[in-house]
Amino acid sequence: MPTITFITAEGKQHAVTAEIGRSVMEIALEKNIPGVVAECNGSAACATCHCYFDPAFAAAIGPIGEHESDMLDFTASPRRPESRLSCQVRVADALDGMTVHIPAVQ
Amino acid sequence: MRHVAIIGAGQAGSNLAAKLRELGFDGRITLIGDESHPPYQRPPLSKAYLTGKLAADRLALRGPSFYAERCIDLRLATKVTRILPADKRIELGPESLAYDGLVLATGAAPIPLPEAIGGSLANVFTLRTIGDVEAITPHIAAGKRALIVGGGYIGLEVAAALNQAAVDVTLVELQERILGRVAAAETAAYFRTLHAERGVKLLEGVGLVALEGQGSVGKAQLSDGSFVDVDFAIVGIGVRPNVALAEAAGLAVENGVSVDAQGRTSEAGIWAAGDCASFLWNGRRIRIESVPHAIDQAETVAANVLGAKRDYRPRPWFWSDQFDVKLQIAGLNGGYDRIVERKGAKPGSCSYWYFAGETLLACDAINDARAYMTAKKLIDAGRSPSPADVADGVLA
Repeated sequence: MPTITFITAEGKQHAVTAEIGRSVMEIALEKNIPGVVAECNGSAACATCHCYFDPAFAAAIGPIGEHESDMLDFTASPRRPESRLSCQVRVADALDGMTVHIPAVQ
Repeated sequence: MRHVAIIGAGQAGSNLAAKLRELGFDGRITLIGDESHPPYQRPPLSKAYLTGKLAADRLALRGPSFYAERCIDLRLATKVTRILPADKRIELGPESLAYDGLVLATGAAPIPLPEAIGGSLANVFTLRTIGDVEAITPHIAAGKRALIVGGGYIGLEVAAALNQAAVDVTLVELQERILGRVAAAETAAYFRTLHAERGVKLLEGVGLVALEGQGSVGKAQLSDGSFVDVDFAIVGIGVRPNVALAEAAGLAVENGVSVDAQGRTSEAGIWAAGDCASFLWNGRRIRIESVPHAIDQAETVAANVLGAKRDYRPRPWFWSDQFDVKLQIAGLNGGYDRIVERKGAKPGSCSYWYFAGETLLACDAINDARAYMTAKKLIDAGRSPSPADVADGVLA
């Protein structure tokens, strides 16, 4: 299983093994990583699972959806080029070694 | 505060327990649920989970070690039988448990179809729990005939999910139109067209006279005089707050367990949060049935149990997924006198904005995340754009 490292806004690192096919948001919740709220539990309806993804993995993560992109324009922490809703990113072997920064507020 | 007991291990109860620990409470926490599953998400039950697109272990709200790691004593498949406020005790059958603080997060239960019109026949279901879905799932197969009673969000979501599983779906709504209690005619019209196009038979202004059958349901007699063959029926005619324990203990109950702005019930040392709790909102005592509200109110109550004295300010929002359409709702629309339509940027996207006079109350955004997020920010900030700008202008 690939390893993903979450880094909280305070700089604390949580390296976890992630089950393939689940969303990165689900992994964060399952591993009890603080700062990923996910009020709608993966329906892309709330934008409270916003994270900053390692740009080196952009191609492996895949393209951003139109709805997701619209939601990201209104996140509580500023949108950056590496912003994604973590509920829309699926874990795959190609994401092994990726870091995911969690913003200060959701 | 040494021991906080929470009755109800749903979204509100689970978040309340977690928040107590997050706020540094180091006393004892007992989280008591009557279902056998650890706290889980209910919204997918009427959507992806119903038709097997989501595995059961993916419904859990937290990882398996979450409660133990935080010394939260999670008691599942356990019923609280009595609250004794004067003694600060609860009874779980023969067991008695003393508390310093008690929170009711008992949720709500679906209104059943009356027995007199077939409610006790086999293969007639309501949908609220994993157990309900487990009972329904074996009946879902291509060509089966399902009757949905009630055209609210649950009924429509179930109709969409079953239709996508090639079930032949008929939905009856007694009122003149679907979503009559919760949304404007414009939003209802959008979803009527959507369902009709996908082949759901939507009958509005048509009531169920009775379900009939030998042991299990076989057909339905409708108020327009027609009969429909039915293999199974799902009843979605609303929920009632679970108030029996509170009532028996003498707590004030009005449209739910009555709480003040801080979530306190009429009895000292007892709070309530989530679907079961009613609170004052613009002069009315309301309940809000939604996940975000359950989370926010539970977290406020957690702080107040620890002495924060913080008022709860709801920032209601909701969502519904039907077919490939995402509906996002910001605000509460009660008391609206005008609907303003705003066209979306792409085909099939639009939003309906509810105003009372010049005040923006709520917005139904259909496949239109920008409209939803804009409306939510405005409503949360108490700001109202002009209806003209909503219809055809720039919103900031």
